[in-house]
Amino acid sequence: MNMAAKRPNRVRPAAFVAPQDAPSHDAFLEIHNVSKRFGDFQALTDISLTIERGTFVCFLGPSGCGKTTLLRAIAGLERQSSGRIIQDGRDISNLPPSQRDFGIVFQSYSLFPNLTVNANVGYGLVNQGLPKAQIAARVQELLELVHLPSSGPKYPAALSGGEQQRVALARALAMQPGLLLLDEPLSALDAKVRVDLRHEMKQLQRRLGVTTIMVTHDQEEALALADVVVVMSKGNIEQVGTPMEVYANPQSAFVADFVGHMNLLRGTAQADGTVRIGSRTLQLDPNQVEGLTGDVLVSFRPEDVMFRGLDAATDNQLQGYIESVDFLGAFSRARVRVDGFDGAVFEADLSANMLRDFGVDAGSTLPLALPRNRICIYPGNERTAGLVKSSGERRA
Amino acid sequence: MSAQDIEATAGPAFPSIDRGRLVSTLGVLTGVALLLVFVAAPLITIFLKSLQNDSGTFVGLDNFVRYFSSAGLIQSLFNSVQIALTVTVIACGLAFGYAYALTRTCMPFRGLFRAIAMIPILAPSLLSAIALIYLFGNQGMIRELLFGNSVYGPIGIVLGITFYVFPHVLMIMVTALSSADARLYEAAEAMGTSRWRVFWTITVPGARYGLISAGFVVFTLTITDFGVPKVIGGNFNVLATDIYKQVVGQQSFSMGAVVGLILLFPAILSFSVDRIVRKRQVAQMSARAVPYAPQPSKGRDRAFFVFCSLVSVFLIGILGTAVFASLVTYWPYNLSLTLAHYDFNAIDPNGWSSFTNSLEMAAWTALIGTCVIFLGAYFVEKADTLPFARGLLHMLAMIPMAVPGLVLGLAYVFFFSTPTNPLSGLYGTMAILVLSTVVHFYTVAHLSFVTALKQLDKEFEAVSASLKVPAYKTMLRVHVPICLPLILNVAIYLFLNAMTTVSAAVFLYAPDTKLASIAVLNMDDVGDQAPASAMAIMIVLTSVSVKLLQVVVTRSLLARSSAWRNRETA
Repeated sequence: MNMAAKRPNRVRPAAFVAPQDAPSHDAFLEIHNVSKRFGDFQALTDISLTIERGTFVCFLGPSGCGKTTLLRAIAGLERQSSGRIIQDGRDISNLPPSQRDFGIVFQSYSLFPNLTVNANVGYGLVNQGLPKAQIAARVQELLELVHLPSSGPKYPAALSGGEQQRVALARALAMQPGLLLLDEPLSALDAKVRVDLRHEMKQLQRRLGVTTIMVTHDQEEALALADVVVVMSKGNIEQVGTPMEVYANPQSAFVADFVGHMNLLRGTAQADGTVRIGSRTLQLDPNQVEGLTGDVLVSFRPEDVMFRGLDAATDNQLQGYIESVDFLGAFSRARVRVDGFDGAVFEADLSANMLRDFGVDAGSTLPLALPRNRICIYPGNERTAGLVKSSGERRA
Repeated sequence: MSAQDIEATAGPAFPSIDRGRLVSTLGVLTGVALLLVFVAAPLITIFLKSLQNDSGTFVGLDNFVRYFSSAGLIQSLFNSVQIALTVTVIACGLAFGYAYALTRTCMPFRGLFRAIAMIPILAPSLLSAIALIYLFGNQGMIRELLFGNSVYGPIGIVLGITFYVFPHVLMIMVTALSSADARLYEAAEAMGTSRWRVFWTITVPGARYGLISAGFVVFTLTITDFGVPKVIGGNFNVLATDIYKQVVGQQSFSMGAVVGLILLFPAILSFSVDRIVRKRQVAQMSARAVPYAPQPSKGRDRAFFVFCSLVSVFLIGILGTAVFASLVTYWPYNLSLTLAHYDFNAIDPNGWSSFTNSLEMAAWTALIGTCVIFLGAYFVEKADTLPFARGLLHMLAMIPMAVPGLVLGLAYVFFFSTPTNPLSGLYGTMAILVLSTVVHFYTVAHLSFVTALKQLDKEFEAVSASLKVPAYKTMLRVHVPICLPLILNVAIYLFLNAMTTVSAAVFLYAPDTKLASIAVLNMDDVGDQAPASAMAIMIVLTSVSVKLLQVVVTRSLLARSSAWRNRETA
């Protein structure tokens, strides 16, 4: 059903994507038509994707969307049912993990509990038969890189979760891999540690320039870290783009709903390029319509709801009845009901000084507008991200 | 192969050979092959044998018809079931009370009582039967207690086997009663429920799976035990002694096979019930349950103290009687103490060699068994190839638990004594004793290892592959050290069982590989009961020493690894 909600003319999953500041197109990892089935379950459907050397890519999606399967296929930990994977010009499709070139960090840290931090980080180096002094120097260098210069003699059990994950990162980098794979590396950590470590990982990746793929279900994490975000759903790529593109210009209802906060209301597209919600008609930008008619989802972000600077020329003006206000610190999020919307409720963000100036509270009514250039419509009438954020849907 | 070579040749058309994968592929296949040869093939042979006459001609179900038309043999079946049911009721009752006292009361000396309850595990099952003869036999010390009833027969068998199965049942019951959710008891108390009602509505239902499981385990252990009825059964025949008489006495292999298959039946049933019950028991205890801690209650604690003391007196009394019997010059006529009965060479020039044979057999069993079973479990749990073969390996590893020792021994006789079998060279050697003992106790060890390996992070193999370290090196450097206390535990488990087992070995020993437990049986058979007791005591002493050694070694292992072992895995 999410396929129906997608606008085929806008999706370019196999597109050549690069961070804006990349000097040249230099494909490091090419994924060609990779599919994976587990029995009857189709985990990946014909995935094609190209990743540039030195970029930080995030696979973002809800659980079960195939992002981890794709990462494991790249590592060789899961063999794809069909398709090819080419890393740095070498076809690695059928190579076992030990003959591929990657370092990996897991959510569970996966540190060897009976070995010291030094032995963990140097685990691969020892096996290469390098001289002891050289290993010790390299391990120390790595530990300094992850800001744990004096933890070498400790055992993992003596470290906090964040520290253990740093050690895992150092271990993954020890063999100077061409590709760093991160499987939900921050998900097991406390919120504060998560943000700190996320920042450090970004710095480290920039400094080393190692091509990095991170799997996450946390869209905030993906937007903050990635050069390129690959949004996935049900074994398909929904959108590939910079965090800004994915946020500002979601190409499907799924992406719109999954990335950031989005109001999605059921409506009907009209032949004249407008959209009806209940008994109301909203004006849209002409490029939104593109021949769509019938059931659509009308989307706009809570922060795009306008309360100030409304004048006679402003489109889509409505009277909003504030049902409730959640105080969220820097701003507040209001649940707004509009006459004629068939009972649908949407969310709108109010800045702290708006609250003061207007004296907004639950029960008040105030004029607002939905800017026509901030509204997107998508075919279909069902939300697909599985994260129903407002109860308006259920009431409608 | 250097990196450049790989780059030049690798491609979809040339699936590359990976040493790690090769090792695990070979490991899985070797494991499957070993278990097919040493578990599946002998069992198939015994099945085929039951359909042939003694000269090897196929006769269909004739043997079974013959069996069920023989009044004597049917009587044995009836006797066996009767004994098994009686022991099940008595042993489960005693063990439930004992386990309840250990887990749900504040009775003093609980640790000591727990240790005493383990005494029977250290001895061959024959020991209790010999001791019972000294206590209640024709010249028994306290035979008046039986009010003229003879101990040679059902009474002796029931008492002897109850002693032997007690620790096995107790362990299951303790486990079942340990997993109680305190919240249920608090809720009941808050509603003013009577103790009696709490017991029947919360305690018993909570432990019901353990009770069912224990019941089936006792039933099977009883019906398949050979030592006790052999020594004390007199003219009271049971299935286990029938097999022995058919095969060793009358050389009727086909009839032996028939009785063997009949013995297999309760064992398989019990095994299946146990599997189902175990799954339920796990699901029953939710993650949020609060462990139950008993509160002191004078009357109850005292009553259970008396009860446990009585049971302990029985357990210690049996062992003590055996020790006494081994030291008395000539019961009941000369009561002076002597060590003469320990001079086994006086009866048989090779008397002591059966003891050293047992040590050798147990040591090999512990060593080879632990290594093979650990590797098998490792490949089942951690190999990333051949999912079907790994499933098969796991299935084959579960079979031995459902096979009574006597049946296994008989199956080995049939399979390995066939001259056309290329492995027939093993017949009559120490190797076949070791193999049969490893197989006999394979399942419990396998399941312990699988459980422990499951708890290790499932990505260790992926991490080590990414670091270009072959999986087997990581197994040696990470998995083995982490599992070391359990590995030691399994080795001791195999050692102790190898020291005390009679059932499989009784068909497989040769004169120069006679074991101590078999020597006990044979000496008792010819009336040398004092030396038989002495040999049984030698086995107990060995078991106790090994057990103490394990405690010391485990303690030092844990002390040395305490820096990284944040919770005890032993």
